Amino acid sequence: MDEAVWDIGYLVASILFILGLKKLGHPRTAPTGNLYGALGMLVAVVVTIAQMDFGLTNNFTLIIAGLAIGGAIGYYMAVKVEMTGMPEMVALFNGFGGAASALVAASEVFRRINENDLPEGLELHVAWTAIGLSALVGWVTLTGSLLAMMKLKGGVEIFGTWYRTPTWGPEWLNYVKGLILISIVGLLYMTIEAPGNQDYVIAIIALSSILGILFVLPIGGADMPVVVSLLNSLSGIAAAFTGFIIGNNVLIIAGSMVGAAGLILTNIMCKAMNRQLVDVLFKSFGGSDKEQVTRTKVGSDPEEVAMVCDGISKCVIIPGYGMAVSQCQHQVREFADILEANGCEVKYGIHPVAGRMPGHMNVLLAEASVPYEKLIEMDDINSEMAECDVALVVGANDTVNPAARSGEGPLAGMPIIDADKAGVVVIVKRSLSVGYAGVDNDLFYEDKTMMLFGDGKQMMTELVSSMKEL
Amino acid sequence: MELITLIGAITVFILAIFLGFELITKVPPTLHTPLMSGANAISGITIVGALIFSNTDYNNGDPGFAAWLAFFALILATINVVGGFAVTNRMLNMIAGKRGGK
Repeated sequence: MDEAVWDIGYLVASILFILGLKKLGHPRTAPTGNLYGALGMLVAVVVTIAQMDFGLTNNFTLIIAGLAIGGAIGYYMAVKVEMTGMPEMVALFNGFGGAASALVAASEVFRRINENDLPEGLELHVAWTAIGLSALVGWVTLTGSLLAMMKLKGGVEIFGTWYRTPTWGPEWLNYVKGLILISIVGLLYMTIEAPGNQDYVIAIIALSSILGILFVLPIGGADMPVVVSLLNSLSGIAAAFTGFIIGNNVLIIAGSMVGAAGLILTNIMCKAMNRQLVDVLFKSFGGSDKEQVTRTKVGSDPEEVAMVCDGISKCVIIPGYGMAVSQCQHQVREFADILEANGCEVKYGIHPVAGRMPGHMNVLLAEASVPYEKLIEMDDINSEMAECDVALVVGANDTVNPAARSGEGPLAGMPIIDADKAGVVVIVKRSLSVGYAGVDNDLFYEDKTMMLFGDGKQMMTELVSSMKEL
Repeated sequence: MELITLIGAITVFILAIFLGFELITKVPPTLHTPLMSGANAISGITIVGALIFSNTDYNNGDPGFAAWLAFFALILATINVVGGFAVTNRMLNMIAGKRGGK
């Protein structure tokens, strides 16, 4: 039987990936889509193992060990992670994917150099270009994703000391990045000229790793979703280049499809923030020089808020990252239940970039059994805000900051939820400190605003019990 | 590699990019995170390359440096694949399970 017959298996896997990705985009079919993707992956792995040369003397030790170790770690991490840690987890997995592609490329180049099995002519050009590009994209994805993960966490703990992830990037750093990229392209050309020289390959790996760090370093934490999404796109491209190395269409199809899909998602997020991707990537913003907060505001207590909320007819809840951090979605839901029992209409206003990932709030609220129909997108909820009696802002800041309308400062032009149009604005927040964009929020100081200073979970619990006592 | 194979591969590459653009143009925000996670798991397809290069002939019981690199790639790719699909499934269950009173 012709070995090419095996490629039909890869075709099946490709089809499953395409269907899976398509189904992932619709709420009802998404679980099926994920299943299709996993099934496609299984088919690809089985087909790959089935057509291997059983005559080699290794007894598949490495393969079985690799699959077992990786599978166990991956499954453990996926089951253990909490919903708040989801963005970091996606960033980490993404980095691993990029690193895997880069390592496959490295494996091939070192094997060929060590065994003196260097290709010639067209094959040399194709193989070495693909290896170089796969290494470039793969290592950038790895170091970039790791830094993005640390930025999402806010810092790292090394030997018991907490280090805040820095954000640093003067204007000239962009030229350094450009220079590194040009050097890598130059090195890539040199590897083709001297295919037996592994120093060039090592230089590409080192420079790409540095490039990944420099790429993410100047970007503020608020923009990390965009960065993770872009890196996700890159890891797909890295896989596609790996496909060129081993001459396998399923890698090329799946990889470039994910690359394109990631780019679309990145674009959606940038649009939601009314910013250009170029600005996000090359103009540092957020977290660098924050305004000093000098004004003060007297906090309210939950009893007062409960009294205000008594007998209202419409309430809009606007969650933000703070809700994710304090895990108070269940308390928020409870609060909504009490209001609804008293005949109040409750809706949730979801800002497209609330939280640290698109759809972050939706996932959390779904966990707390909030019906899907009550989650209203920004544009739709804004037309209703004027008739809203109370807007409850839970751990959100920049997404309700009226400064965004002024056309000045880092937030300029970002669409916001018009919480300030509601009759009363209740804000649950730990302090008056600025959000990721580093801009003070006028909304906090308005007369109709009631601040509930404290941890989201604690404040919402107290609010719920005060409501019950009324 | 023959020129025709290369051009075939580039054709597939370009067409798949267009396909990716068309596949997901309108996605409700609820699904953005699961979609990113699911797509990320699919990009773990590089596992195929890791598998192929992990399967080398031992030289006196030593798989060699290249095979060790591939082995490490295999572990990372498997984490990406298994973890990616599992975590996506968890998120989707959370969303889907709470809808329609299921």
